[in-house]
Amino acid sequence: MLTIADKVFNSRLFTGTGKFSSAEIMEQALLVSGSELVTVALKRVDLKDQEDDILSHLNYPQFNLLPNTSGVRNAKEAVFAAQMAREALETNWIKLEIHPDPKYLMPDPIETLKATEELAKLGFIVLPYIHADPVLCKHLEDAGTAAVMPLGSPIGSNKGLKTIDFLEIIISQSNVPVIVDAGIGAPSDAAKAMEIGADAVLVNTAIAVSRDPVKMAEAFKIAVIAGRMAFEAKLGSINSSAVSSSPLTSFLDD
Amino acid sequence: MTDNFTALFNTYSWEQIKQSIYEKTSYDVERALGNSNRTLEDFKALISPAAAPYLEQMAQLSRLATLKRFGKVMQLYVPLYLSNECNNICTYCGFSLDNKVRRKTLSPMEIMQEVAVLKEMGYEHVLLVTGEANQTVHTEYFKRVLELLRPHFALISMEVQPLDTEDYEVLIPLGLNTVLVYQETYHREDYKKHHPKGKKSNFEYRLETPDRLGKAGVHKMGLGVLIGLEDWRTDSFFTALHLEYLEKKYWKTKYSLSFPRLRPFSGGLAPKVEMSDRELVQLICAYRLLNEEVELSISTRESVVFRDHVIGLGITSMSAGSKTNPGGYAVEPESLEQFEICDERTPEEIKEMLKEKGYEAVWKDWDRLLQ
Repeated sequence: MLTIADKVFNSRLFTGTGKFSSAEIMEQALLVSGSELVTVALKRVDLKDQEDDILSHLNYPQFNLLPNTSGVRNAKEAVFAAQMAREALETNWIKLEIHPDPKYLMPDPIETLKATEELAKLGFIVLPYIHADPVLCKHLEDAGTAAVMPLGSPIGSNKGLKTIDFLEIIISQSNVPVIVDAGIGAPSDAAKAMEIGADAVLVNTAIAVSRDPVKMAEAFKIAVIAGRMAFEAKLGSINSSAVSSSPLTSFLDD
Repeated sequence: MTDNFTALFNTYSWEQIKQSIYEKTSYDVERALGNSNRTLEDFKALISPAAAPYLEQMAQLSRLATLKRFGKVMQLYVPLYLSNECNNICTYCGFSLDNKVRRKTLSPMEIMQEVAVLKEMGYEHVLLVTGEANQTVHTEYFKRVLELLRPHFALISMEVQPLDTEDYEVLIPLGLNTVLVYQETYHREDYKKHHPKGKKSNFEYRLETPDRLGKAGVHKMGLGVLIGLEDWRTDSFFTALHLEYLEKKYWKTKYSLSFPRLRPFSGGLAPKVEMSDRELVQLICAYRLLNEEVELSISTRESVVFRDHVIGLGITSMSAGSKTNPGGYAVEPESLEQFEICDERTPEEIKEMLKEKGYEAVWKDWDRLLQ
């Protein structure tokens, strides 16, 4: 089980709500995924409307809503958006996304750190989306972040864990949960992230744009479980030369 | 990097670019298709006549790239024509100064009547459109309109006359999110022929409008040419060049492209250059293969059959239920249209059509609180 701030999660697969062909398919896929943390873009939902098409399909007790600030370009806008989300959705959890670059949606480390400091002081449970930058992760810890969400590769790219060397460093030295976010394109990527010790993964595009999102959601669910099991069981070490299963010196033990 | 696009633009020759596009061979097209990071040279190959036999392959690649980046959703927007007053002569436009029609600019009360109809249709994204009448439809007018509309829409776009940087700096904090400004044509001499009178006749001022928007910090800007005025392949190359320049320089701004084909209007000009449906699909796919992130938009100028089929090939946003005359939704439905629309289906019908194709209609993709 995974604990972030005051919440315990049975599932280590977190999901997004964008890009689905319909709210009904989104709902089915998320239910099958077993996910307990579902991120929603503030820009897509109508905070004043209880019947909003996305929100009304997420009305299950197991879904914890994680509003995200996608669209904001600096810390000031992010803090304002978080406050509006807290008021409307009655949650102090916020996925902090500040990407002034609308082309590759690269997160702004400076503004993200500023916003995290301020939001943490205001009592938010902050989950910042960041580049896989180990030093930034330590600064975010000092600022009071509840977790860090480094990217595997650019959002929506399905390119997998291009940042794996840095993710391993982040995981090895983190005092808060590490959720690999963005770029996970296949269940094998999710499994890999879990095998190296990520606490959870967040997946959206790979599920939403597959030919069968419901089946793909299930595939991710299984992959995350498998990856976590492998991590807990401890993988064998990788050697550059062959190690015989009957070592040359075994006769000494006879 | 130069201070504005004109400096870069002036280093290119229309004729040389045109020639290099038409000289592309199937070898160039195949190489462009095989590249993962495509360049403007690849784009030239993809829009060239030599790419015609590769259209299906282009469509397949374009579809995959669009699905990956945008998913199975389609943004919907609607134009709101505020005024048909115009001081320009544009040889192809129904609002042209020399076109003797009754002129109208909507009053605040009339705007709200129109808004009521658009809200009833479900719209959260409105595109404000006017002619260019700087004495009556000016920054002060736009300020009042934005104040009026902001509480009612999640996203407000504008397609009006080019303004100065300072004007945009005033309007953006009031809720102006996106500005569309089409160059009409990048052919300098032809541009002058089509715009003989009025402020619009200043080619450079129009060419530098995206720079002024970028400096003002606009969230999104839309580019394009009016297809039919000049050779569409060469015009599209310059659009792509402009986009590439802007993306590098104003990296915080988002971009969209549109492909308006010249449509009939009362007393208008027949297109100099005809672009077939097949060629328009080629262009849409070529833009997507050049740039996976840019939004591609299609209006109700196009036919029902065409619009239904380009969904999934690269298009990410479309208008529906559009009226192209001021007051067209409620106040004065019979007044003169800027151009004839081709797809007259209601937004609800478009939503259903999208659903049948496995796509979700997205009405809201921005929020006032984010700006």
